[in-house]
Order: sequence, then structure tokens, then C-alpha cells
Amino acid sequence: MAERLLEVKGLKVRFTTEDGIVRAVDGVSFELDRGSVFGIVGESGSGKSVTAMTILGLTRDKNTTFEGEVIYKGQNLLALPESHLRDVRGNEIAMIFQDPMTSLNPVYKVGDQIIEAITTHEDVSKSGAKRRAVELLRQVGIPNANTRVDDYPHQFSGGMRQRAMIAMALSCNPDILIADEPTTALDVTIQAQILELIDRLKDDFDSAVILITHDLGVVADVADEVVVMYAGRVVERAAKRDVFYDPQHPYTWGLLGSIPRLDRPKPEKLHSIKGMPPSLINLPKGCKFRPRCPHAFEKCEEEPGLDQRVEERGHLDRCWLSVEEKRRIRERTIVGEAVA
Amino acid sequence: MVAVLFSVSVLVYVVFILVPGGDPAERMAGKNPLPANIVNIRKKWGFDKPFYVQYVKMMQKAGNGLIGKTGEYDILTSFQTRQNVVHEIKRGIPVTMSLCIGAGIIWLFFGILVGFFSAVTAGRWSDRLITTFALIGVSMPVAWLAVMLRYFLAEKPTNPIFPDGEYVPLTADPVQWAYHLLLPWFCLSVLFIGFYGRVLRSNMLDAMNEEYVRTAKAKGLSGKSILLRHVLRNSLIPIVTLFGLDFAAVLGGGAILTETVFDLKGVGWYAAQSVGDLDLPPIMGVTLYGAFFIVVFSAVVDFLYAFLDPRIRPT
Repeated sequence: MAERLLEVKGLKVRFTTEDGIVRAVDGVSFELDRGSVFGIVGESGSGKSVTAMTILGLTRDKNTTFEGEVIYKGQNLLALPESHLRDVRGNEIAMIFQDPMTSLNPVYKVGDQIIEAITTHEDVSKSGAKRRAVELLRQVGIPNANTRVDDYPHQFSGGMRQRAMIAMALSCNPDILIADEPTTALDVTIQAQILELIDRLKDDFDSAVILITHDLGVVADVADEVVVMYAGRVVERAAKRDVFYDPQHPYTWGLLGSIPRLDRPKPEKLHSIKGMPPSLINLPKGCKFRPRCPHAFEKCEEEPGLDQRVEERGHLDRCWLSVEEKRRIRERTIVGEAVA
Repeated sequence: MVAVLFSVSVLVYVVFILVPGGDPAERMAGKNPLPANIVNIRKKWGFDKPFYVQYVKMMQKAGNGLIGKTGEYDILTSFQTRQNVVHEIKRGIPVTMSLCIGAGIIWLFFGILVGFFSAVTAGRWSDRLITTFALIGVSMPVAWLAVMLRYFLAEKPTNPIFPDGEYVPLTADPVQWAYHLLLPWFCLSVLFIGFYGRVLRSNMLDAMNEEYVRTAKAKGLSGKSILLRHVLRNSLIPIVTLFGLDFAAVLGGGAILTETVFDLKGVGWYAAQSVGDLDLPPIMGVTLYGAFFIVVFSAVVDFLYAFLDPRIRPT
């Protein structure tokens, strides 16, 4: 069994705003093992980014309250003082962000920004750090790394910047790499390359990856295990295979149905989930997906727990429908009405 | 640069022609002049020539003055005082330089300090306090402030805290030089400190929300190095532009009010005198001198900008 790196237990994150309390994350739990890729999927506002940023304490603020635990190496990161948490950030848990265009400081050389990450955590000379920066850039596939290291971010393309971000994140050999929508801002052709890169480097650096995305297609490429988040909570959790072949929650079906597929008959219309995600200030009673769910019935007024309802161990979901019923009706959402 | 200076000089000239009561001959002839006298003056000074001839002559004279020629009719002299304009401006330069460089350092330093501090404590009482002071500073008329300071701190009959007016050359006595300039420096700086503080504060608050700052935080940098290396560094870029142009403006004679109130006989003071007398040659001289600094400093700012922001560097 692989080494357990991270354990998130009942994580709740609340933001106090002028309009009320935003329950951004409401009871999320998962575990991360070394060498694995863990996918968190959900639409905007489902709490996936907040979950990830909270692991690193980036959401800390006087208007934010936390509950639950984030256990890393036996210590609760949520309770760790900022000064100790800094030693974890970038060093043991690193993060890359959605938009590589704005995630690098435009006035410093790419190399210097990587060097900064290295020298923050390690006692190395500037020239030693620079040699490592060049090596990292080479590893992430930047051509002519020894000259490009002195380039500024605006001289890099979007894909190269994301590669540079990855190089920076890996510079201190972290245990965990959190990738928050790493491919969303990139061209489709570059997306695949970046994902492949993350997957390969995870093995090279012997770390684990938390991959956050709204795109199940991205998860399909690299993740081992997936949680689907909706309105700040996990609605389904399963091994990747089961999410795609035996999805249990109607929200997951909706996500699956909204991916255009070339290997299936062309649907008349690509599926879309009706309605809007709920306000995180005034959550609906019962199942949070109920107002948008075409299969909701009386029982849904009570919120279902995240329980195992299918034979497969570790496959959990939050839906009252019987497994047989689900398996019967889901194809219509996922595949859509085929063109006659 | 030549084009800018040329247009500025033409503009000044045209305005001068259009201003009522601007006829220099009448003013030079004194009160209740004989008509013949006016005609004489016109002839002697060339005011009877077409305006473009006069303009060219004036520019020639200004040029002669700059290259050091003397002789009453070869150089640009004031209509009123008959003094060499170039010479007068040169005499004012050390005073103006002392005033402006000192004030410039003060306002840049305190402007950044104030902006930085209020951005870091944004929303807290210290920020509110600074904001209030900054707004007072920005909205306080320089002339009023200068008069008040001078009256209460320098002109008291018994034990004034500061010396009243007077410029002591730096080379003569540096301590007295600074002592005499303290009030004018303060006066000239107050507005800029408030203004720069506000600009820097909002720049920094914007920068704090930038994603590269989040990246820096995720790298594990300390709060201090994030603030200094990432937030402040990027926020200072627009300040440089502001400073370059403001500094050029005061250096070029823009500190008219401060210099006048404190009797500092610098370029600004000279400009004020000349404007009061509707004396074209010195006005022209001072304006060109000011325009020269603006042009030079705009160029300097451009270079500095390229140095600070790699994105606009030619590659």
C-alpha cells in the first residue's frame, strides 16, 4: 500500500461577507497517497479551488473560518501557524494556478522566480539555484533552457509559462503538487502536453498530484481517483473507471453528458445542466442538487449522506435513487437523444 | 525636442501678442509718455517690425545669450529691467535646484512611505488617519500653507523657529542652507506626498490581488518579501512616471508659489515677476527653460520605465 501523504477530514470553509456567510466548502474529506493523481471536479463555485487553496492556507483571512483537519505528516495544517506553514508551502506542497499569463510576476526573469522559490527553502548559492532552475526548465520541456532562463515571462508563450510554473512548483521537490485548473487557459493541443508532463513528472519526482478541474475529460486522462463536488460538498467519489462507467449521481451524469464525444452517436443537442449553481449563502434544503435535478422526488428534501450504495468499495455518492433506477435512467442524460 | 521647444515658444509668443496691454513699447515708455517717445522705443527695439521678424530675432538673441555672447543688442534682455534673461535664469537655477531636489527627495521618500504604510494597514485606523492627512495635504492650497507656515514659524518677532526667507548657498554653509530651505521643502512636498501616497496605496492594493502575488505566497515567501519584492516593486513603476514629470515641472520653474512666498529668488520667482510685468523676453526664457526640463525628463522617464518594466523593453 502506498504511503498516505495527505488526509483531509470534514473540511469546512466559511467566508463572512456583507451579504452573509458563504459556505464555500462544507464537509469535504479525502485522502491522497504517494504516486497517485487525485481529481477534484466541479463547476465554478463548487468549492474545489477553495479546498485546494485551504490546504496551503492561502484562504486564511480574518473573515474566513475553518473546521475539520488537513493532516500532513502528522500535523494539522489548518492549525499550523503561518510561519511554519510557509516552510510547507512551495517546499513540501506546491501549487500551480489556472492562468499562467498572470501567475508569474512580469517584471522578474522566469529563472529568477524559480531561483526565488529554491532559495526561500534551501540554503544554496545563487549560481547553484540557477543551475537547478535551468535543469528544471529542461525537464519541463523548455527548449534552450540555459538561455531561456534569463527571459521574462512575456517572452514565453502560454504553454511555456505553465511549464515554467510547473518547474517552479517542482523546484523544491514537493511531496504534493496541487494543480488548480492547470490547463483551462491553454490551447487544447497544449492541454494534453501539460497533463502528460504533470503525470510524468509526478513519477520522476515521486510525488502526488491534486488535480482540480471543471473538465472531466482532463480527469479521464490522468486521475486515479475522482471526487465530484457540488455546492461545497462531495456528491460522488470513486475510482476514475467507476466515475466514467458507473456514475451514480445525476450531477455527475450531467457533467459527463456535457462533454462532446466523438466515439458516440451525435446527440441532437449537447446536454446542459439546467439552472444555476445555488447561492452558497442560501443553500437549498435537502439535497443541494435537487432544484436542478430532473429526477428529484419527495425523499430528496432530506439530504442524503455520502454513502456507499454500489458493490464497488470506496465508490460513494449522495443520491437517494436506487442503483437500479440510476443505471436505467442515466444513459439518457449522458449519451443524449441520438439523432434519428 | 527641437520641435517641442519651437512650438512652445511660438505659443508663448502668440499669446503674448494677443494679451491686451501687452505692447511693450507703451509699458517701457513709462506713465504719461510722449507719443514720440513711444515711436522711438518701437524703432529702437524693433517693435515696428512684423511679428515673425521679431520672433526670429528674439530666438537668435536667446541663442546668443546661451553661447555666452554679451553686448546689449546681441542678447535677450528684459524689456523692463534690461537685464540679460539667460543670465537671470542662470542665477535662479541654484536656488530652484536646491529647493526642488530637496523637496523631490522628501516627497518621493515620504510619498512612498505613506503609501506603503497605508496599503499595508488598509482599512485599519492608521490607514484612515493617513488617508485623512493625505486628503488634507492634497487639497491644501500651497500659497495658503506657505503663508501660514512663514507667518507662524518664521516671522514671529520673538524666537522664530525657522529663519525667514533668504537663500544661503549650499557651498557657503550647508547647515544654514538646509535650515533655510526646510519650510519651503515641506511646503512644496506636502501636496505631492499626499498625492503619491494615494496613488501608491491603490496601486499596491491592486497588486496584492494579482495572481503572481498568490504564486509568491504559494512559493512560501514571507509576507515581508512578498510585499517588498512583488507588491511594492510592481507598484512603483507608475510612481516613477509621475515623479519624473512632476519633478521636471517644479525644476522648470513650476514652484512659483513656494518660491514667491518664501522670497527664494529662483526661476519660479523670476517667472512670477516677469508675468506680473508682462515682460516677454523673460517669460519666453523661463518657459523654454521649463519646457526643456519637461522634454528631458520625459525621455529620462521613458528610459527608466523600460529599465523597470521589461515588457516595454525593445528586444
